Amino acid sequence: MIDQDSKTLLEVRGLRATVNGVEILKGLDFTVKSGEVHAIMGPNGSGKSTFAKVLAGHTAYEVTAGSVLFEGKNLLDLAPEERARAGVFLAFQYPIEIPGVANSQFLRLAYNTVQAQRGHEELDPLEFDDFVREKMKLLDMNPDFLGRSVNEGFSGGEKKRNEILQMALLDPHLAILDETDSGLDIDALRIVSQGVNQLANKDKAIVLVTHYQRLLDYIVPDFVHVMEAGRIVKTGDKSLALELEQRGYDWVAAERQAPRAAAVVA
Amino acid sequence: MSSVRSLRRPAAGCLETLLAGQPHLRASPLAWINALRAQALGRLDVLKLPTLRDEEWRFTDLSPLTRQSFQSVCSATGLRAADIEPFHIEEATTRLVFVDGVFAPKLSSTLTDGGVMLANLSAADAAQAAAIEPHLGRHAVFGDNVFAALNTSLLQDAAVIMVPRHVTLAAPVHLLFVATQAEVASHPRCVLVAEPGSSMTLIEDYVALQDGAYFINPVTEIAVADQAQVKHIRVQRDSAKAVHIANCAVSAGRSSTYQSVSVALGAQISRYNLSVLLAEGAECVVDGLALIADSQLADTHTSIDHAQPSGVSRQLHKCIVGGSAHAVFNGKVMVRPGAQRTDSNQSSRNLLLTGKAQVDAKPQLEIFADDVKCAHGATIGQIDDDAVFYLKSRGLSDSVARNLLTYAFGAEIIDRIPVASLKHQLEMTMLKQTGSRP
Repeated sequence: MIDQDSKTLLEVRGLRATVNGVEILKGLDFTVKSGEVHAIMGPNGSGKSTFAKVLAGHTAYEVTAGSVLFEGKNLLDLAPEERARAGVFLAFQYPIEIPGVANSQFLRLAYNTVQAQRGHEELDPLEFDDFVREKMKLLDMNPDFLGRSVNEGFSGGEKKRNEILQMALLDPHLAILDETDSGLDIDALRIVSQGVNQLANKDKAIVLVTHYQRLLDYIVPDFVHVMEAGRIVKTGDKSLALELEQRGYDWVAAERQAPRAAAVVA
Repeated sequence: MSSVRSLRRPAAGCLETLLAGQPHLRASPLAWINALRAQALGRLDVLKLPTLRDEEWRFTDLSPLTRQSFQSVCSATGLRAADIEPFHIEEATTRLVFVDGVFAPKLSSTLTDGGVMLANLSAADAAQAAAIEPHLGRHAVFGDNVFAALNTSLLQDAAVIMVPRHVTLAAPVHLLFVATQAEVASHPRCVLVAEPGSSMTLIEDYVALQDGAYFINPVTEIAVADQAQVKHIRVQRDSAKAVHIANCAVSAGRSSTYQSVSVALGAQISRYNLSVLLAEGAECVVDGLALIADSQLADTHTSIDHAQPSGVSRQLHKCIVGGSAHAVFNGKVMVRPGAQRTDSNQSSRNLLLTGKAQVDAKPQLEIFADDVKCAHGATIGQIDDDAVFYLKSRGLSDSVARNLLTYAFGAEIIDRIPVASLKHQLEMTMLKQTGSRP
């Protein structure tokens, strides 16, 4: 939803980041306004997931240049937990299994921590149970998942639903979904997408990192970006995703190189 | 007799002190008990306290034990029922309480349940004594074990539990050993005999009502007869200055089941020797958790002996080590010649919370049969950074995330305790202990 009155949520300028001394993000620019849905596509190794993790504050990545403003604040100054409390949410590509911690305990701890930070009331276990069960219905999740250890023994699809459940509970302003569609069958994809769509509104924004156009049939993006070698090299509307699906990524690179080649000839 | 020995072994000061009360022990009306004591005393003429030079004790320095002098107690302190109420386990209607090693009948509740005999050794009648004799001192052999010999030489009170044939004891039996005095030595003894086809749950629980130094030297003998089932939960929550050296010997009969969970939280120095002997088709599950910090040392030595065919053993031992604490795990699994179709799996998993924490884990597998399925392994690690990041990305602070993961690591063992209220109690203790870590 593109809205002229919307405010800028996220502003990334010239972002460079390295992991183990190797530069992955090489001067990335990216702007998201409230109410918008963005899709970031691109070949393997182009830096999509790195970008998602850098936004969430993963310590394995070192930011070497550039700036990231979230609602006007310098996001890079904040620890991962502070980013989460401020309203940034990352749905993991590979959610971590935590044996020994009940999902219900984890969800309530996360929910109450974020609620307290925002000056809202915390819920006791009984209140939370009612609350979380309602949210689980949206995602067609079996309440049994509350009693199991976090993500342990969950199928790929169940893990992804659990991510979206966390997103529903934490109510972020900016949700980044890192390949949430991978490993989902069509039914699960539909349910997860419905969940995401129900949470979208004019004050929030969603960034989808994906390889496949099919997710965008369910969650319709306002913008589609192509990432390559650590930068966003092309931006279009949803029709770009269809074009990428048909033609692959090579033409994007060729198109970029063509004017440069022409200049050399001239 | 003691004067003769002191002439012969002038260097054995610590053992001497510990044995000071021995000559004054009341003679038992049971001749075989007096004989057992004398036999053990005889071994103490030969045996010495182990030092770091002994292979089995190379990580566990007992010199703090030798530097202090511990006296035996003859009478219980005036403990009231209310004092031990916090330790009550609601499921356990039968509770035997020993205060500084001395049986406290007024604090105990020996409700019999389904014809089960629960008796203090000194109160056993002739028939009961005859039933105990084949077991007491027969499983926990003291020939080469100075601490078992010491315990046996001072044998007086003992918790004796006998479960008759095919009787299932629904409620767990709680043995509560309370330390109320500093500079005291106690030598608790427990004998559990589960007759064929019977079933029961035993909770062996060591607690303190003071924070001074004391020495506790328990010996537990468990005979699980054919097709019987015993669940054994052991909780060591002694004071931070205690020295706790324990021996437990289990003999599991044909097609019997022995399941144990042992949790070590307290003591300055603790050592738990558990040996399980498996007959044909017997099955054991031996799980353990040591959660220690500061300068604590917790040493667990286990031995699972597949003496006959078709036995099954499962072991998961975990250590969570903080501060400059030191955990030791030595787990031996022996598969004897002829013990075909043995199925054994042993895992030692260790979590180090600080740079100064230390763990020595040694799984040992000795196989002398060819048709067996055996696996073992050990891991030592720190908290997984990706898991910390995951929790932080959901708003949890760094310390809450780390404490939760530490808790979860230990919870896997606590979860296996089959007594709900004790499990809950220990979960709360563990939350507190993992939460206070830097």
